[in-house]
Amino acid sequence: MLTVNKLNTFYGRAHILRDVSLDISKGEAVALLGRNGAGKSTTMKSIMGLLKPASGLVEFEGKTISGLKSYHISRLGIGYVPEERRVFAGLSVLENFAVGKQKPRQGGMEQTPENLFKLFPNLESMKDRPASQMSGGEQQMLTIARTLMGNPKLLLLDEPSEGLAPLIVEEMARTILQLKSTGITLILSEQNLRFANLIADKAYIIEKGEIRYKGTMDDLNNNAEVRDAYLTL
Amino acid sequence: MSIYAVQFLIGLSDASVLFLTASGLSIIFGVSRIVNFSHGSFYMLGAYIGYSLIGDSDNPLIFWGGLFLAAVVTGLVGVLVEIVLLRRLYHVPELFQLIATFGVILVIQDLTFMIWGAEDLLGPRAPGLTGSIELLGALVPSYDIALIVLSPLVLVGIWLLFYKTRWGALVRAATEDREMVAALGVNQNLLFTGVFFLGCFLAGLGGAAQLPKGGANLLMDFGIIAEVFVVVVVGGMGSIWGAYIAAIIISELNAFGILFLPESSLVMMFLAMAVILIARPWGLFGKSESMEHKPPSEREDLTISGRKLPWNWGWLLLIAVLLVIPWFQIDFVMTLVIEMVLLSFFAATLHFIMGPGGMVSFGHALFFGGGSYAVALFVNYLQLPMSVLLIAGPAVTMVFALLVGWFCVRLSGVYFAMLTLAFAQLAWSVVFQWDSVTGGDDGIIGVWPTGPAEDKIVFYYLVITLTSLSLYVIRRVISSPFGFALRACRDSSLRSRAIGIDVRKIQWIAFTISGFMAGLAGSLYVYSKGSIFPTEMAIPRSFDALIMLLLGGVQSPVGPIIGGSVYTFLIDYITRFDYWRLLLGIMIMLLIVLFPRGISGIFSSGIIQRIKLLGQSE
Repeated sequence: MLTVNKLNTFYGRAHILRDVSLDISKGEAVALLGRNGAGKSTTMKSIMGLLKPASGLVEFEGKTISGLKSYHISRLGIGYVPEERRVFAGLSVLENFAVGKQKPRQGGMEQTPENLFKLFPNLESMKDRPASQMSGGEQQMLTIARTLMGNPKLLLLDEPSEGLAPLIVEEMARTILQLKSTGITLILSEQNLRFANLIADKAYIIEKGEIRYKGTMDDLNNNAEVRDAYLTL
Repeated sequence: MSIYAVQFLIGLSDASVLFLTASGLSIIFGVSRIVNFSHGSFYMLGAYIGYSLIGDSDNPLIFWGGLFLAAVVTGLVGVLVEIVLLRRLYHVPELFQLIATFGVILVIQDLTFMIWGAEDLLGPRAPGLTGSIELLGALVPSYDIALIVLSPLVLVGIWLLFYKTRWGALVRAATEDREMVAALGVNQNLLFTGVFFLGCFLAGLGGAAQLPKGGANLLMDFGIIAEVFVVVVVGGMGSIWGAYIAAIIISELNAFGILFLPESSLVMMFLAMAVILIARPWGLFGKSESMEHKPPSEREDLTISGRKLPWNWGWLLLIAVLLVIPWFQIDFVMTLVIEMVLLSFFAATLHFIMGPGGMVSFGHALFFGGGSYAVALFVNYLQLPMSVLLIAGPAVTMVFALLVGWFCVRLSGVYFAMLTLAFAQLAWSVVFQWDSVTGGDDGIIGVWPTGPAEDKIVFYYLVITLTSLSLYVIRRVISSPFGFALRACRDSSLRSRAIGIDVRKIQWIAFTISGFMAGLAGSLYVYSKGSIFPTEMAIPRSFDALIMLLLGGVQSPVGPIIGGSVYTFLIDYITRFDYWRLLLGIMIMLLIVLFPRGISGIFSSGIIQRIKLLGQSE
């Protein structure tokens, strides 16, 4: 569904991503694991067109998307949930939804606020409240819900568990699993192996901008050497 | 009692026009972060287009329909400007956006002149509203009442658009975080074009709506821009309610100012703004800039290290050429060179606070013109000799800079720029309105060098010597510990504070040095011309310096010299044509779109940088 081939991205002169390649099939949940600053967010932003890769190719459903503008990529069906939440603070929950809303793609279903409130029951009671007056966990739920309003086929989740209280993290995992059961394809960036284990089937490990490991979650859990080398527990 | 009521109502009706125009500027800034300096031009355009559409019809439908259509056409012109010009500039530094919109002013000015001619046009009267209504025992023109009713309607309309439609939600979201809006599938180009249409539509509506009161003339663009800026800054950039309240405050101040202190009406407005900004640095309803999510900006550093750069030879060569010129004894060449040198000097003083200091000033002509006026007034009233005045002139502007700087360094970014503009306009209005002392529009004449400098060649060498000395001092300051501290404050005021730098003090000192130097440039300038007029302090003069920096490139320390020389030379040549503003405006726009780093930037960061990189990789 998504093929990333030898992506190189720079920040100014700093070479961040070095020949990053990924291969994600429809319906998979893939974890992109790595320490802080390893290049997880940069990979996601490069796929999303928010950063312009210097070289490399990104293909989505057989169509080349590298070089397209963000809004165009988003309209093809890739949803992006950024780290650090980035809700529209002055807008209410419903208004945040309205910004994320897209026309359904051919043959696709159309997401509605009512449906999302089933998935995120907390949001319903505060649908008219400005996002600035919500807790961190609620804001994180809102960014995911907002992206879902665009009916994405592939969802990029950038560290959804970061900075949340343990109880909220569990709730978050349950919600994402529920999402996964609807058939949506997931790429999840994480530092936390435990959280990734709850959700993902496959894992990539990225370190200093290079992919160092690729395999199933089970293989990774049995491979203490790789875990110790690249992940903090 | 009744006269106060009348003044109050007239103030409210002026506030309507001001609000319509200012809300447009505020909306455009809020979303695109572009300070549209040409907003006054759209206001003017609205008036002219409305004039042509309405004609002398006394059909109310044609009158009101004409107003609306004029606003729509103005909005469409705005769309054209956005698509052709501004869309390419959303990612360049704000200075370039600003100068690009200055180019728009020049182009619209000449096009309006070409189409409608130079004569002031008398506006049509509103059918059915030509009489007066008795209110509180006084007669108030009924059209004023209509205007007073119009602006709350527009305010509510804008509010409904922003808070009750999806488009409004998109616009507000884009104001907070543009990148995120794009990642959610929203085409920003369309959104920004729409916003620009709305902003220019409102400006056009303001211009057309004031037709029955003020007609249309070619001075409307600069006439309203300062007031509009004041309203937007006082109300808070991006806040529509703020614009409404501020428009009322400013217009009422004007209306009552004329009643009590006729000569101070302009001054009052700027004083009010200064007071409000000191109490609330981001305006009545504005948000602090640091609260806003800014996309990370790459900023090249000014690397002026102790290393010997090839430029050092360039400097020596330049000075050698300048020293040789008088031998040829061609008078007009010397005059032109003096002007080029002094304006480059002026640009360099602005570069000092803008480049290393990161403080963009829209009102630097205050110190240049201030130095000129200080010298001229001393000559006129005390007949002091030149040797004394070359110290006294800059000393006066240094005191100005101390005062103005104390207020301005409390702000940053756009607010800093606006406040400098306001102070410059304040000084300009004092000079312009205080006829009895400054000569008003007629200026002061007969200011010639005294002593040995009466000889033109001596004066020439004096200019070259003082300018080179000053530029050398500025360079030394930039590469001194003070200069490093100044650049640290520019790059991150928070981190600078954290390591114990008194940011405001450093910036205040830099501002004062710059004011002193600009005053010296101005003092020499008045002697070279023999006369001084208020235009030397007006907005276009401040912009001259900004354009010179743009031409030369802000990132380069030689930028002001190259830019100043090229620009002065260009202006000297181009003003011989009839439509030179149009030409200059188009040149400015082309330059910004094609070479966003200026003339010297083409060399320093383009070719040379690439050669250096090649050298490193081998």
